[in-house]
Amino acid sequence: MTEPVLEVTGISKQFPGVRALDGVAFRLFPGEIHALMGENGAGKSTLIKVLTGVYQADEGRMTLDGAERRVHDPPHAQRLGISTVYQEVNLCPNLSVAENIFIGREPRKFGRIDWARIRRRSAELLARLDLDLDVTAPLGAQSLAVQQLIAIVRAIDLDAKVLILDEPTSSLDRGEVERLFGVMRRLRDDGVAILFVSHFLEQIYEVCDRVTVLRNGRLVGEYPIGELGRFDLVSRMTGQELHDLEQLEEAAPAITRGRRLLALEGAGRTGAITPVDLEIHEGEVVGLAGLLGSGRSELARLVFGAEAADTGRVRVGEETVALRTPRAAIDRGIAFCPEDRKADGLVMDLTVAENIVLALQAARGWTRPLPPRRRDELVGEYIRKLRIQPPSPGTPVRNLSGGNQQKVLLARWLITRPRLLILDEPTRGIDVGAKTEIQKLVVALAGDGIGVLFISAELEEVLRLSHKVEVLRDRTLVAELANDGSLTPERLLGTIANGAS
Amino acid sequence: MNPVNAVSRANLARLTRHRLFWPVAVLVLLLVVNAVVTPGFLAIRVRDGHLYGSLIDILRFGAPLIMVSLGMTMVIATGGIDLSVGSVVAISGAMACYLISEGQGLAVALALSFGLCLVLGLWNGLLVTRLSIQPIIATLILMVGGRGIAQLITGGQIITIDRDSGYREIGGGHLAGLPVAVLIVLASVAAAAVLARRTALGLLLESVGGNAEASRLVGIRASGLIVLGYVFCAVCAGVAGWMISSDVSAADGNNAGLWIELDAILAVVLGGTALTGGRFSIAGTVVGALIIQTLNTTIYTAGIPPRTTLVFEAAVVTFVCLLQSPAFRAKVGRRRPGGPVPPPTDPPSADKKVEVPA
Ligand SMILES: Nc1ncnc2c1ncn2[C@@H]1O[C@H](COP(=O)(O)OP(=O)(O)OP(=O)(O)O)[C@@H](O)[C@H]1O
Ligand SMILES: [Mg+2]
Repeated sequence: MTEPVLEVTGISKQFPGVRALDGVAFRLFPGEIHALMGENGAGKSTLIKVLTGVYQADEGRMTLDGAERRVHDPPHAQRLGISTVYQEVNLCPNLSVAENIFIGREPRKFGRIDWARIRRRSAELLARLDLDLDVTAPLGAQSLAVQQLIAIVRAIDLDAKVLILDEPTSSLDRGEVERLFGVMRRLRDDGVAILFVSHFLEQIYEVCDRVTVLRNGRLVGEYPIGELGRFDLVSRMTGQELHDLEQLEEAAPAITRGRRLLALEGAGRTGAITPVDLEIHEGEVVGLAGLLGSGRSELARLVFGAEAADTGRVRVGEETVALRTPRAAIDRGIAFCPEDRKADGLVMDLTVAENIVLALQAARGWTRPLPPRRRDELVGEYIRKLRIQPPSPGTPVRNLSGGNQQKVLLARWLITRPRLLILDEPTRGIDVGAKTEIQKLVVALAGDGIGVLFISAELEEVLRLSHKVEVLRDRTLVAELANDGSLTPERLLGTIANGAS
Repeated sequence: MNPVNAVSRANLARLTRHRLFWPVAVLVLLLVVNAVVTPGFLAIRVRDGHLYGSLIDILRFGAPLIMVSLGMTMVIATGGIDLSVGSVVAISGAMACYLISEGQGLAVALALSFGLCLVLGLWNGLLVTRLSIQPIIATLILMVGGRGIAQLITGGQIITIDRDSGYREIGGGHLAGLPVAVLIVLASVAAAAVLARRTALGLLLESVGGNAEASRLVGIRASGLIVLGYVFCAVCAGVAGWMISSDVSAADGNNAGLWIELDAILAVVLGGTALTGGRFSIAGTVVGALIIQTLNTTIYTAGIPPRTTLVFEAAVVTFVCLLQSPAFRAKVGRRRPGGPVPPPTDPPSADKKVEVPA
């Protein structure tokens, strides 16, 4: 084998109260796609931040192309040929798509920025991932998935010899994932070393050559992907034998449909979603499927009143209501767990406990604080139930790993005991073990008579949980499919692509 | 390394990480400098049953600034800012003095002046929430216009009032040995702390300031909270206006509370509350205001020539801000030459690693 392009040994990193990395070693060879695997909070993102100079390791050394190196900060890493997409997209929402792709390395002509070239080149780069969008539109107007793709496009164009992708696929659809993999394979064949993080085992097995497993900040081992079966991989990640994966397949959704909770009658919003008819009953899980930009999130936001409908009627129970604000929806027992946890979900300054009780407290108003005892009980219960790591309510939520932040967001709405729960990508960035936990929870909630509107880019997950699947295309509801056992991912995919069942 | 030493180092690390550590350290440092330069600085004497001394003076003269900063903290927590506090100081003082000079009773004067401050706060709050005007612009209106209002009330003159009207007690009187102004501040700070932390007000304000969109999606009625913040801020400034005008028994529409908004913003920031909103600290703000007041006292007592006072003040403020910046501390910590090289098993002091931006 050739020499590794990047190698670290004995890397340790201590945060107050948490040893995020403990003597980790890791190597990356040119021309390979290398998976970094581990549960939520195992230390994957921390290792990546150490490699790219966001954090300085407490101990350990790093060699790049055989020479010992210290990376001072992310721009330095970039100059050394390491290009990175971090887990939380950190681009500038107020700048245009094109500006974001070229920020800091704008092509110049006669000393002035060559805007025409920037726009042309951006469009070309985006086309590589089959993205066709107005590159002069502000980034903030794009969906999270598109923002993620733009961050990837930017990283790929940097001509690096090491490309690091921290959960780039967490909100992408199959199609985008395939195209991304195409690009990654091409880069690999050109000799680029790629580090790839994902919680989707299928993706790991599809595209990766080798895998390094971390557990609780320690190195478990490094394996060629062919020599490690799925169950071995998961048990190395968790340190336990895994039965749970199997169990859920059997937990086919039992139909316990009750009274009607909510009905949309021709409700729509200009520019967001064409008028929709939709009913949700007690105890029913309704899945929303569709491609990126098909209007899944828009529909969810309409039901929650995050964006008010401008046509049609909304009924809650038998009563016709105007859901103009989230507040109105919350008062009627509707809860909404948004997709973008950083922008729309968590308040990063606040602690885990404060974020968890926020919705409940907002409903009670500021004059009626939650009694401290009850608050500690509730928070403790959900930290345990969702296995939030570290299990300390006083940690600022900013310091949690991505997957654990997602769990906090989920906990916030679960404690409000809603009648209708809207989940937009609730398992985004969540590890395999916790994902099954959350799926079980959804099944259990439906069993208790709660209606669930469930959105996920992962079709298998939608199929596993939903009683019926609503298919969206081009911001229009095109089909409603009953999940009666005959519905397969392939059929669903066909409907999504063609619009007819 | 012996274990006791390690434990005390861990404790020290935890202490230096506390958000109030640096502000308090600076305040203590300033007091120590004063105690060295001015003999008897720390002494507190009892005369006629009242407490006297430089420390008491700092509290008494700092009282208006603490009041204004207290209100400013709430506004800044919501992600806003209130530039109009100086004008409100002038208006409330003018109103109270005008009414008293016209022969109204103390209670009526204070009540009307208080009511006027409520209206001014409401005005600011509604501009920010209903009309969605950026706070800095919305409050700039009253900052500029408010001086005019104060002039109108005083008729363009400095109104002086009778020295033995009860009004004088607010800024100059004593109760149970302590200056009345200090007691008012203590009561206000306690009330604000209870309001913020014993109810859910603090949490919801911090949420609105920390992430407005997430707060909306969680069902927080932000506009009500924000208006409340501006009203509270205006009332605090109004009380400060009483203190200032009663201390000199005169209302000066032009100069009362001039530039106090800048000192107040500085106090809030020194106390560790970010200007971007979110997490706030009432205790931090009080310490911040005391730092500024102590600095002013130092300038007088240490005999720093008047023409260099501004430069001196700026230097100290810069120093405090640098101390509070994690990035700066990390740089200095890393470069410190000749410091003991920690053995590999002993991670260097934790404070400089925590706050690396993600
Ligand atoms: N800035 C920080 N301050 C304190 N603790 C931190 C900080 N960043 C990470 N941690 C902690 O370090 C551990 C590792 O976090 P990391 O983000 O590396 O996990 P991860 O493997 O990327 O997980 P995920 O799959 O959820 O993204 C976690 O316990 C986390 O709480
Ligand atoms: Mg991560």
